[in-house]
Amino acid sequence: MYAYISRRLLMMIPLLIGITLISFTVIHLAPGEPTDLQTQMNPQAGSDLQAKLLKQYGLDKPLHEQYLLWLGRLVQLDFGNSFAQDNRPVFEKITERLPVTILLNLLSLLVILAVALPLGVISAIRRNSFFDRASTVLVFVGFAMPSFWLALLMMDWFGVRLGLLPVSGLKSLGYEYLTFSGQLFDRISHLILPVFIAAIGGLAGFSRYMRSNMLDVVRQDYIMTARAKGLPERTVIYKHALRNALLPVITILGLSLPGLIGGSVIFETIFAIPGMGKLFYDGVMMRDYPLIMGVLVIGAVLTLAGNLLADVSYALADPRIRQSS
Amino acid sequence: MMRAGFLLLFLLLAACSQNDQLQGLETAADKTPVFGDTFIEGSIGDASTLLPILASDSASGQINELVYNGLVRYDGALNVIGDLAESWEISKDNLTITFHLRKGIKWHDGAPFTSADVLFTYQLYIDPETPTAYAESYLQVKKAEAPDAYTFRVSYDKPYAPALMSWGFSVLPKHLLEGQDVSTSKLARKPIGTGPYRFVEWLGGEKIVLEANRDYFDGSPYIKRFVFRIIPDTSTQFLELQTGGLDYMSLLPLQYDRQTDTLAFRRLFNKYRYLAFGYTYLGYNLNRPFFKDRRVRQALSYAIDKQEIIDGVLLGYGKAATGPYKPDAWVYNPDVPRYPYNPEKARQLLAEAGWADSDGDGILDKDGRPFRFTIVTNQGNDLRSKAGEIIQRRFRQVGVDVQLRIIEWATFLKEFINPGNFDATILGWSTGPEPDQYNIWHSSKTGPRELNFVGYKNAEVDELLEKGRRVFDQQERKRSYDRIQQILAEDQPYTFLFVPESLQAVASRFHGITPTAAGIRYNFTQWYVPQTLQKFSR
Repeated sequence: MYAYISRRLLMMIPLLIGITLISFTVIHLAPGEPTDLQTQMNPQAGSDLQAKLLKQYGLDKPLHEQYLLWLGRLVQLDFGNSFAQDNRPVFEKITERLPVTILLNLLSLLVILAVALPLGVISAIRRNSFFDRASTVLVFVGFAMPSFWLALLMMDWFGVRLGLLPVSGLKSLGYEYLTFSGQLFDRISHLILPVFIAAIGGLAGFSRYMRSNMLDVVRQDYIMTARAKGLPERTVIYKHALRNALLPVITILGLSLPGLIGGSVIFETIFAIPGMGKLFYDGVMMRDYPLIMGVLVIGAVLTLAGNLLADVSYALADPRIRQSS
Repeated sequence: MMRAGFLLLFLLLAACSQNDQLQGLETAADKTPVFGDTFIEGSIGDASTLLPILASDSASGQINELVYNGLVRYDGALNVIGDLAESWEISKDNLTITFHLRKGIKWHDGAPFTSADVLFTYQLYIDPETPTAYAESYLQVKKAEAPDAYTFRVSYDKPYAPALMSWGFSVLPKHLLEGQDVSTSKLARKPIGTGPYRFVEWLGGEKIVLEANRDYFDGSPYIKRFVFRIIPDTSTQFLELQTGGLDYMSLLPLQYDRQTDTLAFRRLFNKYRYLAFGYTYLGYNLNRPFFKDRRVRQALSYAIDKQEIIDGVLLGYGKAATGPYKPDAWVYNPDVPRYPYNPEKARQLLAEAGWADSDGDGILDKDGRPFRFTIVTNQGNDLRSKAGEIIQRRFRQVGVDVQLRIIEWATFLKEFINPGNFDATILGWSTGPEPDQYNIWHSSKTGPRELNFVGYKNAEVDELLEKGRRVFDQQERKRSYDRIQQILAEDQPYTFLFVPESLQAVASRFHGITPTAAGIRYNFTQWYVPQTLQKFSR
């Protein structure tokens, strides 16, 4: 097992270098330069500003040299400084945005699991019932609904008309003067709408997945055996069938690890949440190469780690896989 | 500069005001300014850096304006008045300006402000190592000196009319920046200035908080705290405004016209509208054979119904543009050729230029080439793409076939504007009270990456632009710019489309707002909330 994990970890190194090389090249292929925004269309900009900035950012060197320099810094875990006017370290910019992004994604993932899994199981058990059909329609409506539109409706309804929930942001003004419980309440009330909106689109995938897994499993021989043994239906479903049907969900969970740091631009824009999605989007628009690369590298590492984690946890959960490896 | 919200410049100084407010009866107590309360402003973008020398976006500009001072500034009537400078003298030959600085001013950290700070800031601007976008005006200076702690003197080789106002730049603290690399300075995140507000905190992407500088040399501002909330979506901003999460925002025409006319809204907010400093235009690439003939450009201008665009895109909140200055500026010349919507005249001018529909396909042609071209504009500006669609339809009616392409900004500059690889483009310029537009119209500025990218060349305009820069007397200057406006109107290198209005909503508890030619924000330090209306006690 350990040999397997360490082999997989070693394999990740060339893979990661390959990913960064491709990303780096592709980003530089996109037309436009990071310096354009500051120097162009500005009557007061001196003509040598462009050259000054190119030199400051090291963009005057050939591309392969730029890549090697960048890689050299990355090995020392230095993501470089952003090309935006603030010139801050990319690492700092990313870590500033990460906690809230992870918190939101984690919460919405929990909500999705808590709702979608039971929904899928019940739909499978009562296949083609009214409940099955109604829930199918509802989750797909949630999936198809534009999230920004639903978000604005909810903000208008709960925030403006009813005045129950805050409209946007993460904290109220004067948060620092609240008591601890007041702060906690403030935080939670700001999170309700975003988490709900983020979760509603994800219900369809997980619940459908769970439903079809469950349908597969209940057709298996061992379920028939369990029933033949005279086990109560509850035990058959929730002990024998459910456990097996959950196995593929683990893989999906592992694969959703990189998704935890990714944010949605539209969603963050609507709720005025300073998250990763907006950071990355603005970075791309400004051609802020170090920032783009930083986010991509973290995403790549998490994707690879998520794959590994999924495989390992799969092995832990399923004795058949454990023994064959 | 071209994209609203991205590159700043003068957005705060917008002129010609029309007050839309419903003033209730005021008691005497309401008219006594008192200290206190918080002002919360919504912004679609976060500031990039609070070091004014490096910042070129409007969000940073708005904060920097409150934290720093220049030597001079514009007052409500757009006159130049002293800020850090108490007075100044301009020598008889217009070559030397001597500023006398106010005494006893302190930086927010307590250090005294002197002429050494001004000299240092000037040197920083012209330092080749400083990546600033504002070096141009200061490179014209021949000599700058600080003969004593409260005097600062600059001299020029040639008279330079924009010189005086160029000293409205934010003066930076020498004692905190000397010997440091300006691009990595801590002041970029934690500014220390001399201004009416001092910096408190900046939560990236969330908010920036400032607090009144009680020791401000011009008297403490009345509003105790200034909060700058970053809310990227204007619909969300509008919802926040209604719940009291914001006290101030710029409204879209739709919001101003259709969503804020309720009694409840009028009770809680005052609305203001005034012409913005800026205009939107359709610029023709004059190097393309299509547009070499002036009659063709005039014809296209006749073919466009400007009022239709203003009504359709701005819901009427704008004025038709006749040239590069807005109609209420001192430099504006109303006596120029105008191009009212007249498709007949357009067809006639096109026919004179040799364009006729010889093959009967509805598209004009000449020497076997159909009159077919593409208008490019940048993504993310709804006004421009909508104006483009309206223009497309109008051009089609006079037999000109136009495609519209909308391209992401960085690509747009790199692939289309910089290499001159476009037929026509819809863009906008932000302007200011200073009429000098040398960089936009002078024939020496047609090179790659320069601002006269349509390739406009006119010897008389060149000469007048140079003259306009050298003359200090406003009346005499106006003569140059009047003539420039006439020539531009005849030549139509752009079809000047419209000057939009700036539409604002401010919570009605804020008093002391007096809209003038400069807009409403110029006297922010004089705004106050009467004791009984104050909302935030801390």
